[in-house]
Amino acid sequence: MAAVDEVQIREGVDQDTVETVRQVGSAYKHGWETEIEMDFAPMGLDEEIVRLISAKNEEPEWMTEWRLGAYRRWLQMKEPDWAMVHYPKIDFQKQYYYARPKSMEVKPKSLDEVDPKLLATYEKLGIPLREQMILAGVEGAEDAPAEGRKVAVDAVFDSVSVGTTFQAELKRAGVIFCSISEAIREHPELVKKYLGSVVPVSDNFYATLNSAVFSDGSFVYVPPGVRCPMELSTYFRINAENTGQFERTLIIADKGAYVSYLEGCTAPQRDTSQLHAAVVELVALEDAEIKYSTVQNWYPGDEEGRGGIYNFVTKRADCRGDRSKVMWTQVETGSAVTWKYPSCILRGDESQGEFYSIAITNNYQQADTGTKMVHLGRNTRSRIVSKGISAGHAQNTYRGLVSMHPKAKNSRNYTQCDSLLIGDKCGAHTVPYIEVRNNSSRVEHEATTSKVDDDQLFYCRARGMDEEEAVALVVNGFCREVLQALPMEFAMEAQQLVAISLEGSVG
Amino acid sequence: MAAPKAKETPAVDTRPLPEGGVWITAARRAAQARLAETGLPQRRDEYWKFTRPDELIDPKPPRAALFRGDVPEVFGTVDRLRLVFVDGVFDREASDDLALEWVRIERLSDVSAQDIHWARDLYGTLEARGQNPVPRPLAALNTAQAREGVLIHVTGRAPRPIHLVYVHESEVSDAMLHHCIRLEEGAELTLFETGPAAARFNKVMEVDLAARATFHHLRIQGPDHERRAITHIFARLAQEAVFKTFTLTVNGVLTRNECVIEMAGDDASAHVAGAAIGGGNFHHDDTVFITHDALRGESRQVFKKVLSNGATGVFQGKILVKPDAQKTDGYQISQSLLLDEDSQFLAKPELEIHADDVACSHGSTSGAIDEDALYYLRSRGIPEPIATDLLVISFLAEAVAEIADERLREEIIGHFEAWLERRHG
Repeated sequence: MAAVDEVQIREGVDQDTVETVRQVGSAYKHGWETEIEMDFAPMGLDEEIVRLISAKNEEPEWMTEWRLGAYRRWLQMKEPDWAMVHYPKIDFQKQYYYARPKSMEVKPKSLDEVDPKLLATYEKLGIPLREQMILAGVEGAEDAPAEGRKVAVDAVFDSVSVGTTFQAELKRAGVIFCSISEAIREHPELVKKYLGSVVPVSDNFYATLNSAVFSDGSFVYVPPGVRCPMELSTYFRINAENTGQFERTLIIADKGAYVSYLEGCTAPQRDTSQLHAAVVELVALEDAEIKYSTVQNWYPGDEEGRGGIYNFVTKRADCRGDRSKVMWTQVETGSAVTWKYPSCILRGDESQGEFYSIAITNNYQQADTGTKMVHLGRNTRSRIVSKGISAGHAQNTYRGLVSMHPKAKNSRNYTQCDSLLIGDKCGAHTVPYIEVRNNSSRVEHEATTSKVDDDQLFYCRARGMDEEEAVALVVNGFCREVLQALPMEFAMEAQQLVAISLEGSVG
Repeated sequence: MAAPKAKETPAVDTRPLPEGGVWITAARRAAQARLAETGLPQRRDEYWKFTRPDELIDPKPPRAALFRGDVPEVFGTVDRLRLVFVDGVFDREASDDLALEWVRIERLSDVSAQDIHWARDLYGTLEARGQNPVPRPLAALNTAQAREGVLIHVTGRAPRPIHLVYVHESEVSDAMLHHCIRLEEGAELTLFETGPAAARFNKVMEVDLAARATFHHLRIQGPDHERRAITHIFARLAQEAVFKTFTLTVNGVLTRNECVIEMAGDDASAHVAGAAIGGGNFHHDDTVFITHDALRGESRQVFKKVLSNGATGVFQGKILVKPDAQKTDGYQISQSLLLDEDSQFLAKPELEIHADDVACSHGSTSGAIDEDALYYLRSRGIPEPIATDLLVISFLAEAVAEIADERLREEIIGHFEAWLERRHG
């Protein structure tokens, strides 16, 4: 980045800014790969693989049957083709459905026993040392002193959860935060009650596939009246080649509970595409509140559109109790193809759903993303703010549904979808569905599409910024409403991501 | 949200094609082939998500009672040339002489035996172009099967508007009309279409505008309630051409008006507006697809619906901006006013944009009468029913404002008032 050097010599620019720009680098910064010995299940998918995954996770019989049921349903389903995305047909038999670092077979006792490559991986990803110990699975690491603000992390490396931090402290508050495989073993009553209750086994092609082969993921249960004492976070890393990652997240906020959950993801840079098909289920009971924030930064493919992650994700929240509230915030900058619609079923009276999204596509990326707000209860409210930015040859689609059922009296929806185009080879599309079946509810939808404002650019350039900086600043302003909805740490990261993702899109 | 595209058994129309000359037979055969490929619309089709096509594809149309009530003469204040169709059949006695300066008016049935005709380049052409990316099988069916319609060729400024009057007299009529309209460079024409037409009505109108041509279209559907109608307008606009259409729909158990516009020349302008009012089992669907394929095109879609007593309003509007259609200005608004609990509004306002230097926006709202506005009027001594009517009329005003001629605007508002009066009984 030649621009960085210029910035440095300019007066009045503070050092932090320069550092930030420098760190941001010129390309995808998580594109490296850890050479680590892995334990793979044989390539391809059949009932045996499903049984094997279940066995590896030491699952009870009912879970194995649940998976097999999903697998048999999946065989009869067709891949959806209605989204505005194009990619070569996926050969589901040319994928590994299970991979885990060999060193995780037996839990290491101290840092010395941990595969240094695994540690190095987390260090490179910027996760603090103490967390690294825990993520590497060192016993007793939890008691080491923590620095700064606490965020409990569950890290998923390819197919398995490699460690969850702060478990003891969370336990004192009564919060269960562990990998889903552990939850299936330790808390079968909760898993049985809620798993598949928001996203049914046969919901859609990818969710059904996930139900059959999900290898790990996170589980959160916050008991009645408890405000989770810290932010919870899951970090997903795809490392191995030709490996599909199928994680499953289940979060339950019991009556009056509150939890904020962050999710981050990266993958190495490769020429071949990789599949990621996750399912996230949120259940909010009476007066409960869940905040779910995602910074999705899977490898997006190179400038020519080679490689990258196919991100086919089903995320849904069930606001089951009265006055419950769910807020989805997403910053989608990665993945070659994204197909993702975090939704809210507003079942409880006076329940609330919010969706804030920034989707940035550059080069040959394609994103078809949005939300569904299904109003079933009375006096329910929802708000959608979606900002799509398209550059290079990318295609960016907002697809959403707002549905007011006849019984959802006095409900309210406000939707705003704005698209920004940078360059004349990209596309920005808006496909909202609006279904209003009662008259006491009000639904408002607004959408605009425009290019980066010349006057704003000129203003920035006149003050000495180069074009790329100016565009990044204007785009950050365009995304402001969504960035503000993110938790602090994520907001910083997201702002930087906005700038990186657009690199090479001007000039 | 997802509807599978694949159809198990595409329903196809198996009727033999009407007899005709070389050009029209070729066009009909091509249309028949298009229809065979897509099949008739089905309930599971994504494009028919909000409107059931069953009654439109049923081999026999459902019976439709005639409207019993006074229907005042429409556009009586305007000097115009009238062509009357009774249940889709041309009524020579009731129609005016087809002579108009700068305009050549012919009936499809009169020229279809000829082996060559100017309409050869238009009949079925715009309809065929309109089949992509979304198939419109009922329009292809019309091209293949229509025996009657009007062919209008305009070479200058038409001195009077042409008025197509559609009379409905039979409770079981199943009418199909196909009109072709070609305006040469700088030509101007105003076209009226009014009346319930038939128990079931399938109409296609292809409008080809050369550079700087201006076409105004004003349509009133209704007030017969038990009718079913599927209409398509396919328009192509050359450089600086102006296309304006306004439709008022009063009642009707099933109406779907599709409007497919191609902005082919630079600096063209297209306005599509509609107001629909109905109650009970009223179902009204406006489906619009505007493709910008040239520079500095301007398009506007303004649709308003007033729904009562369980009525359904549908709006599917799309603006597609192709990669080189820079400086496009696209605007779209769809709003519905639900007068009571049971009515519903279903909308899919879509934007697909492949050029960066554009300004496109769409808005859609749905809700009840504004309580504050009602309270304001009542506090000034206006009784509730009148206050409600005033608010309904003001809600519809934005769509009516799309009509250029003030006299015609007044007449349209008169229709709103008549409907509101009937509603109060």
